[in-house]
Amino acid sequence: MSDIALAVSGLGRAFGEMWAVRGLDLEVQRGEIFGLVGPDGAGKTTTMRMLTGILAASEGQATVAGFSIHDDAEAIKARISYMSQRFGLYGDLTVEENLRFYADLYEVPRRDREPLEEKLLGFSNLTPFRKRQARNLSGGMKQKLGLACALIHKPEILFLDEPTNGVDPVSRRDFWRILYAMLKKGVTIFVSTAYLDEAERCSRVGLMHRGRLIRCDTPQKLKEGLPGQLLELETGQPRDAREALAAQLGSSRVSLFGGMLHLYTEDAAEAEQIRAILQQAGIAVLAEKIITPTLEDVFIHWVTRDDAEAAA
Amino acid sequence: MKPRTFSWIRLWALVKKEFIHIVRDPRSLAMAFLMPLILLILFGYAITMDIKTLNLVVYDQDKSAASRHYVEGFPASSYFSVVATVENYADVRALLDQGRAHLALVIPPHFARDLEQGRSARVQVLADGSDANTATIALGYAEAITNRFSTTRLDSKVELAVDNRLRVWYNPELKSRWFIIPGLIAVIMTVITALLTSLTVSREWESGTMEQLIATPVQPIELFLGKMAPYFVIGVLDVLFSVAMGVWVFDVPLRGSFLFLLGVTAMFLVGGLSLGIMVSTIAKSQLVASQLAMVVTFLPAFLLSGFLYSIDNMPRFLQAVTHVVQARYFVEVLKNIFLKASPPAFVAGDLIFLGLFAVAVFAVALGKFRKKLA
Ligand SMILES: Nc1ncnc2c1ncn2[C@@H]1O[C@H](COP(=O)(O)OP(=O)(O)OP(=O)(O)O)[C@@H](O)[C@H]1O
Ligand SMILES: [Mg+2]
Repeated sequence: MSDIALAVSGLGRAFGEMWAVRGLDLEVQRGEIFGLVGPDGAGKTTTMRMLTGILAASEGQATVAGFSIHDDAEAIKARISYMSQRFGLYGDLTVEENLRFYADLYEVPRRDREPLEEKLLGFSNLTPFRKRQARNLSGGMKQKLGLACALIHKPEILFLDEPTNGVDPVSRRDFWRILYAMLKKGVTIFVSTAYLDEAERCSRVGLMHRGRLIRCDTPQKLKEGLPGQLLELETGQPRDAREALAAQLGSSRVSLFGGMLHLYTEDAAEAEQIRAILQQAGIAVLAEKIITPTLEDVFIHWVTRDDAEAAA
Repeated sequence: MKPRTFSWIRLWALVKKEFIHIVRDPRSLAMAFLMPLILLILFGYAITMDIKTLNLVVYDQDKSAASRHYVEGFPASSYFSVVATVENYADVRALLDQGRAHLALVIPPHFARDLEQGRSARVQVLADGSDANTATIALGYAEAITNRFSTTRLDSKVELAVDNRLRVWYNPELKSRWFIIPGLIAVIMTVITALLTSLTVSREWESGTMEQLIATPVQPIELFLGKMAPYFVIGVLDVLFSVAMGVWVFDVPLRGSFLFLLGVTAMFLVGGLSLGIMVSTIAKSQLVASQLAMVVTFLPAFLLSGFLYSIDNMPRFLQAVTHVVQARYFVEVLKNIFLKASPPAFVAGDLIFLGLFAVAVFAVALGKFRKKLA
């Protein structure tokens, strides 16, 4: 078994004239948890679908668990689990019935079943709801059931498409606890997410935008790789301050984080300019410091820059 | 590499799951069981129950052998009984007005002469217009009997002089109920079976469960058989209920073997259910799939199966088309089983075609299905 779970090169998919994904190059090691982030329509789902062998790629190559998505999609399917973005289990089947259905599909041996079932239900706090029809579960419970079904056959790679979207914080914590437990067992996880605090927990993060992977690295390196620095300003009138600054510098560079103003500056000279703008607007700066960017800052920076380049 | 082989465990899991869908969804359950019976009653009555005895009054101004022969065709059809023979228009009117006659037939003085000279003879018909429905049916039957009479003449024909030409849309060849009900069961079941499977597969595409399913090692053949098995059981029950209704509600005798009926039903169902699955490999939304299933089954089954319109009377190219209409064979065999007009060996050809259809459609559906989106 090679150490590489996923090897992707030049992968692309077009829908008519439009390329949903293009020129994707990526390698994911076994045992990694790789996070895919990107705005709506970036191509995350399309990527997942190609890698899980359920959507034909228009160009490029990819091997998943050692098998080509073009020639051996069925061999891939036997080794992975996929949790689609849309709830894909049967609402009229109970928790238990869904779980057993998936155990049967993957031909999980009878003797392994019961302990595994109990463990997964316990893990996801679904034991009290085992006889409940899936459609009557809360959003978070539905997602945890999806994960339980995905884990019933011990996959080598787990593909999760925005699994915690719309899930309450408690269930999200449960969910990630299970993911980490799987990771410890050597399962590779490929997850897309809209939550950047979740991306922060990944060993590596790929940032997708307009069908391309525009950045891909560890969360730490991504933050360090942000050129310039991030300035945090505390003012008495954060909203007015933002408006004044946005008018001069462009709205993409200024954002509000709970009363604090985050400003992306390229160099020290610009910091001077900022002070001048605020002074002119009659806004006093109460405190000022250089902060380490969050992934959100990184995300916003690269996406806006990519947009600006596309517009030019 | 893990061998990709057929798995009974997976198939059984799919069958159980499909049964659960059906049992827990009262709507689909009702559709599966009630729809065939409702359709059978509606169409059965529409087509056959209007066939009641209609009262006819005859005013024969010609009194020739030809005119007598023509009039005899009416009671002979068993739809009309001649309640009076009169000698003037006043009596005709009186009988119609009193409601004692539904229809009056007035044969002109030169009826026989016109026919002999190769001209068309015009017969006047008058209907009691107070019951438009009955009048329509009566006129339609009169027209059918008249046409039948005309076909026995070489170069002349009889025309009905009616102001507004009303046609009987259903049952234009005046087939008897015994022939129609078995055929109707076959036609209805053809539509229902394709509809049921096309809906259950397209529902999975629509709800997103198929995306999850095709990402597992499930095999298309397991998927298809899993979808078909529960509906196969329902289909058998539907046919049995329909046959029971044919016997007890519509008084059609069941003379053939019950086992033969079951065997033929099984062959028919494999083809019909496969057709629905094939439709759903093309149409992935429930709306489109159900419409497509209706189009490919209802019209051909209704018009080209020989159930209402004899295939022998169709233009040549339509006759050729009927060979790929599955309902045609089921109609033929069901009639045979009900009425036992001929030994089972007589329909061997139909059975072979029914089997070929099932195998071919299943194979095409399997070939067309991809475990892929878009
Ligand atoms: N089957 C399809 N037919 C046509 N266009 C499609 C299809 N699937 C996706 N697209 C388009 O491809 C682009 C990428 O879609 P995709 O679903 O991969 O994005 P995403 O990153 O998953 O977005 P989201 O966060 O909304 O889930 C979008 O513009 C979408 O409209
Ligand atoms: Mg998506």
